[in-house]
Amino acid sequence: MIYFDNSATTKIDPTVLTTYDQVAREIWGNPSSLHRLGDRAAQLLASSREQLADLLGTKPSELFFTSGGTEANNWAIKGTAWQKQTFGQHLITSSVEHASVANAFTALENQGFRVTRLPVDKAGRVNVNDLRAALDSDTTLVSVMGVNNEIGTIQPIEDISDLLANYPTVNFHVDNVQAIGKNIWSRVFTPRVDLVSLSAHKFHAPRGTGILYKKAGKMILPLHDGGGQEQGLRSGTENLPAIAGMAKALRLLLTDEVEKADREAAIKRKIVDYLQAKPGIEIFSPVSLNFAPHILCFALTGIRGETLVHTLEEYDIYTSTTSACASTRSATASTLSAMQITDRVATSAIRLSFDETNTMAEAEEFIRVFEEIYQHFAPINHLGE
Amino acid sequence: MKYTEIMVRYGELSTKGKNRKDFIGRLAGNVTKVLRDFPEVEIRPKHDRMHIILNGAPFADVDQRLKKVFGIQTYSPTIKIKKTLTMIEETALALMKATFKPGMTFKVNTRRSDHNFAYDTNELNQMIGDYLFGQMDNLKVEMKQPDLVLRIEVRQDAAYLSSQLLRGAGGMPVGTGGRAVMMLSGGIDSPVASYLALKRGVEIDMVHFYSPPYTTEKALNKAKELTGILANYAGRINFIAVPFAEIQETIKAKIPEGYLMTIQRRFMLRLADQLRAKRGGLAIFNGESVGQVASQTLESMAAINDVTTTPVLRPVATMDKTEIIALAEKIGTFDLSIQPFEDCCTIFAPPRPKTKPKVDKAREYEARLDTSALIDRALAGIEITPIYPNDQFLADKAQEDAALL
Repeated sequence: MIYFDNSATTKIDPTVLTTYDQVAREIWGNPSSLHRLGDRAAQLLASSREQLADLLGTKPSELFFTSGGTEANNWAIKGTAWQKQTFGQHLITSSVEHASVANAFTALENQGFRVTRLPVDKAGRVNVNDLRAALDSDTTLVSVMGVNNEIGTIQPIEDISDLLANYPTVNFHVDNVQAIGKNIWSRVFTPRVDLVSLSAHKFHAPRGTGILYKKAGKMILPLHDGGGQEQGLRSGTENLPAIAGMAKALRLLLTDEVEKADREAAIKRKIVDYLQAKPGIEIFSPVSLNFAPHILCFALTGIRGETLVHTLEEYDIYTSTTSACASTRSATASTLSAMQITDRVATSAIRLSFDETNTMAEAEEFIRVFEEIYQHFAPINHLGE
Repeated sequence: MKYTEIMVRYGELSTKGKNRKDFIGRLAGNVTKVLRDFPEVEIRPKHDRMHIILNGAPFADVDQRLKKVFGIQTYSPTIKIKKTLTMIEETALALMKATFKPGMTFKVNTRRSDHNFAYDTNELNQMIGDYLFGQMDNLKVEMKQPDLVLRIEVRQDAAYLSSQLLRGAGGMPVGTGGRAVMMLSGGIDSPVASYLALKRGVEIDMVHFYSPPYTTEKALNKAKELTGILANYAGRINFIAVPFAEIQETIKAKIPEGYLMTIQRRFMLRLADQLRAKRGGLAIFNGESVGQVASQTLESMAAINDVTTTPVLRPVATMDKTEIIALAEKIGTFDLSIQPFEDCCTIFAPPRPKTKPKVDKAREYEARLDTSALIDRALAGIEITPIYPNDQFLADKAQEDAALL
């Protein structure tokens, strides 16, 4: 089996699963309970938070555990919009965000907020000048992802931070779900970044947990009312086994991060080199410093992405039509549309996404299989004519 | 920089005449205790200085411990080398490179007890200075008050080089000032008072009152962990946990509310005094600060102190809260002290305690109780734990967590 769909989800690490299992069996007290069992759980929760903070370069009190990336994104966005609505009701995001961001803004729009969606260039990148033009005295939030989940564009977070240095009251949120562990934004959210979302299952940890980083002193309204966990901002009994697993997984992920990212980049380069020479193939994720090392989106024009995904599956190779969250709907990929790619090409796109466990041998095997598929489709599609 | 030994200079010792031996012996013992997890380290107390031979132990780690040991005025990490000019030159250069920062002034200061060595002190100063000038840029010599003194000692056995003069904790070696008990609550003041008692060389046993199930195990562990921080200054401290719930329940049932606090305190003092006597102590220390709370007015202190003639010493008596907090932060107890676990002083605290209790009233109310039986039962239930530097009691699961995570 070759698994090239790591941006959708990753396989849980067996040692992380051991941690999950052990915590679930042995440290099952509610961290909020007064008795010794609760105490033990609270202690482990604190240790997990400290380890995560240490790895991410934040303070423990700045990390809030959520149910995953979607909740973290919704909370950062809606929490800011509602908290600050008496000061302004204008929100800015990009036109290439993950559904959990894009749809949160749509929901706010329906409540009367004004939303500006920044366009992107041919590489899927936001232009800081467009952001500058969009900012006004009513703006309370800018939300731009760190790395695009569909084609891997790295967004100009530093430039945006520099610009926003002049707008101290605007919250800056970065959906960092795809960037973590890829030697891009693993540690240093720039000092101007106020909110960052992370999702555990993207780095070999259990699903159902994630993190919202909220810089000390920034205020956002909670989405959940309840028992007052997480400094009163995110009620709900903490998912301790998953959180402990996440802490362990992040430690493993960030060990030798550079070497791992290099390995993923080499796999990507190998496949890109092969694809580049093929007529009829369009590559949206070039090998470049502006693109993440682990995402490769391309289209075999004329063959629907879905067809390719299923054909590859016959060979036990798992890929995706761009975003997994969008792929079960017939809609074309939102990022490619925003890049002004025609529907005909966009519907042909597929996404390969790697992780540190993928090997060069797998890349070679992929190329061998793809060549077979390509030769099969070429006559049907009049490729290379 | 790989230092081979640390040269320790003593504190107030010079004024102590015949006690000198005592002082040095104690200090050596205390240093041994705080360095007990570096078995390779050798401690050689001499008449005028102490030499701590590192034998490979990392100086930075030893330094962390050593700088808290009372009785040390200054100390210098030192390198012991063969007495050849080349070795002295090379080592001098390495030391300079490790400690010199641009803009500093320096001088070379040589001492020579081996008068057979080929060069005298002036020659060595000159030669080593010249050598350093040849090897490094931006050096500036200053004889009167240089920022950095490169010390070279040529002795019979070897040459010793050092470039740092570090300030020790001062004070007197713990144990040279006699024994006492310390009433440790868990708040901000009593750890600071403990530190000040230790600084004057007093060896203290901690007496801590706890009242399960009214107080949690966490409160007890917090007091133990505070003792662990203070043990950095003493090497080891015995922690005596005294069960106090029965006494508190009895007082609550039989004494008028206004005098609850006064009588509780009188019992605490009696218990502390008995423990002191049993352990050969000469005084009782506590963290009372005049006027801070109802039990610390002069009237209250007088009414409470009525139960003993033993000296009750209060090192923070005249300090402001802000001064006490600053010191608590400096010695590293503050963050722990403010952890909010209820202790036995707060659980039966009356809403309106008398700030001016009368001694005779206190005695009169107390006569209703079987004081000695209560005291005996409490003393029968004590638990003594020896506590070493940085022993942890609250976060004792941290290692387990590290294995999981």
